[in-house]
Amino acid sequence: MDKNNKAHTGKAWKVGRHFDTDQILPSQYMLFPTIEEMAKHALEGIRPDFIPNVRRGDLLVGDENFGCGSSREQAPRVLKYIGIETVIAKSFASIFFRNAINIGLPVIVLPDAVDRIREGDRIEISFEKGVITNKTQGETYTFPPFPEFLMGIIKVGGLLQYAKSRS
Amino acid sequence: MGYTITEKLFSRVSGRPNVISGDIITFTPDWSMANDATAHISIDLYRSEYGKECVKLPERSVLIIDHNVPADSPSTAWVHKKMRNFAIEQGMLLYDAKGICHQIMIENHVAAGQIIVGCDSHSCTYGAIGAFGGGIGCTDIVYLWKTGELWWYVPESICIELIGGVKEPVTARDVILAIIGQLGPDAAIGRVMEFTGVGVHNMSIPERIVLCNMAVEGGAVCGIVEPDEKVISFLPGRPHQFFKSDADARYYSSYSINLNGLDPMIACPHSMENIVPVSRVEGLSINQAFIGSCNNGRIEDLRAAAKVLKGNKVKKAVRLVISPASINIYRQALQEGLIDIFLEAGAQVLNPSCSTCWGGCTGLVGDGERLISTGTRNFKGRSGSHKSEIYLASAITTAVSAIEGVITCPVKE
Repeated sequence: MDKNNKAHTGKAWKVGRHFDTDQILPSQYMLFPTIEEMAKHALEGIRPDFIPNVRRGDLLVGDENFGCGSSREQAPRVLKYIGIETVIAKSFASIFFRNAINIGLPVIVLPDAVDRIREGDRIEISFEKGVITNKTQGETYTFPPFPEFLMGIIKVGGLLQYAKSRS
Repeated sequence: MGYTITEKLFSRVSGRPNVISGDIITFTPDWSMANDATAHISIDLYRSEYGKECVKLPERSVLIIDHNVPADSPSTAWVHKKMRNFAIEQGMLLYDAKGICHQIMIENHVAAGQIIVGCDSHSCTYGAIGAFGGGIGCTDIVYLWKTGELWWYVPESICIELIGGVKEPVTARDVILAIIGQLGPDAAIGRVMEFTGVGVHNMSIPERIVLCNMAVEGGAVCGIVEPDEKVISFLPGRPHQFFKSDADARYYSSYSINLNGLDPMIACPHSMENIVPVSRVEGLSINQAFIGSCNNGRIEDLRAAAKVLKGNKVKKAVRLVISPASINIYRQALQEGLIDIFLEAGAQVLNPSCSTCWGGCTGLVGDGERLISTGTRNFKGRSGSHKSEIYLASAITTAVSAIEGVITCPVKE
């Protein structure tokens, strides 16, 4: 989300269950010098259409256990760099969830929305109101607000900024 | 109301009595660890935020160069150099090409009762020592270097009672594959797998390490075993503190698993959802076999593989890649004559590193190839091409399959 918490509209990219961090960024790119160079390879093995077509404000819709596997923070970082607005899933692997919050990438656990949203749907999200609007299908899905501690981190853009804002 | 061992460990480090699952606490871990898969991101972040400021508690901060060893490219060499310089400047502990991070941490640092965090998901391994190990990210460790603290949701626990036992050629590796196969790859998301019962207490510490190391493949933040006297004889001279779960501790759920008569197990591509007895996929041809990783690169695994390979040859056109998990293990294997047996059988013996299992540098597989591996993950493309297949099994099943050239069950009907 941007600094004004303004809602964006983006396209949904759907991926399957147990979508692991090796799919988000394969190991052989992890030691590249910059996130920018790594990001060119995001999802390349499983969704070669992703990088050529993804636009800032798009979102990923996962299923159960999104982000399982490696602790690589490069995974949420390349998604954030590309401009992925959020990830919605039925559940998240613990370390991916932690890393996403820590870098200020909001992630939403909402099984019903995952079942309803189709590939390519136009989605608008308001984090303040906790509402996902599916403009393609004319539906809305609500999600509970983040716990105060996590919202505090997300709002300022991540854990390090949060620490700074409190010192 | 009683407490789990995990709740007691977080109570200890946070200095707060009666910590329970669901609490968000801040604490100072006993050790932190970062390796070359992610440390360059952390160091860059630290530099850009805090410049040359000193890190807190450098004497408890470990940097380990283990993933891409030796450097496979100029950019990797640059990452390694960055880590060496940072460790020296900050007075941190540095292990440079000495072995896989979790093996190094156990060989040198981990003690029962401690909490250890690592920028690596298999930090869950330390539970085998009666400690809590948890995986963290780059931002976490930068925050920890800067402040000496971390935030943590104290996790609930799942109690997994192991009844009975296994004997060769069935191993602890088959046990953890069977457990994840039964529970599913997301059964323990955000929770701890606490292994209890005669089945785990009869296991050696290396066997418990195999068990706890793969807890994350079932979604768990840590796999943990109540420590006993075996911990002290395995790691003498460490400041161990023994904690155990109360009889009335609260668990999210409980399982009982009977190990008697367990078959050798194998995880088929491309996730831990596909775990079956090896006999179900016998006869599939393989191109490569790999023995090593933080799960199965210890001396016990090498001995078991050598017993199978002695006097035999790896099948023509199949490559067998072996990487001991640390320099100490490598040296022990040399002294015991195991390396000679491997070379005689036609294996390629690599230096200690994450190699094939992490798929970032050496020992990779190509399009259309099938790998049988003692590594930790069978995700698509994990060990090379996205058009390859990875089957995960024990060192014994892997060694037998390397000789036969096809996936082979070490137990015959």
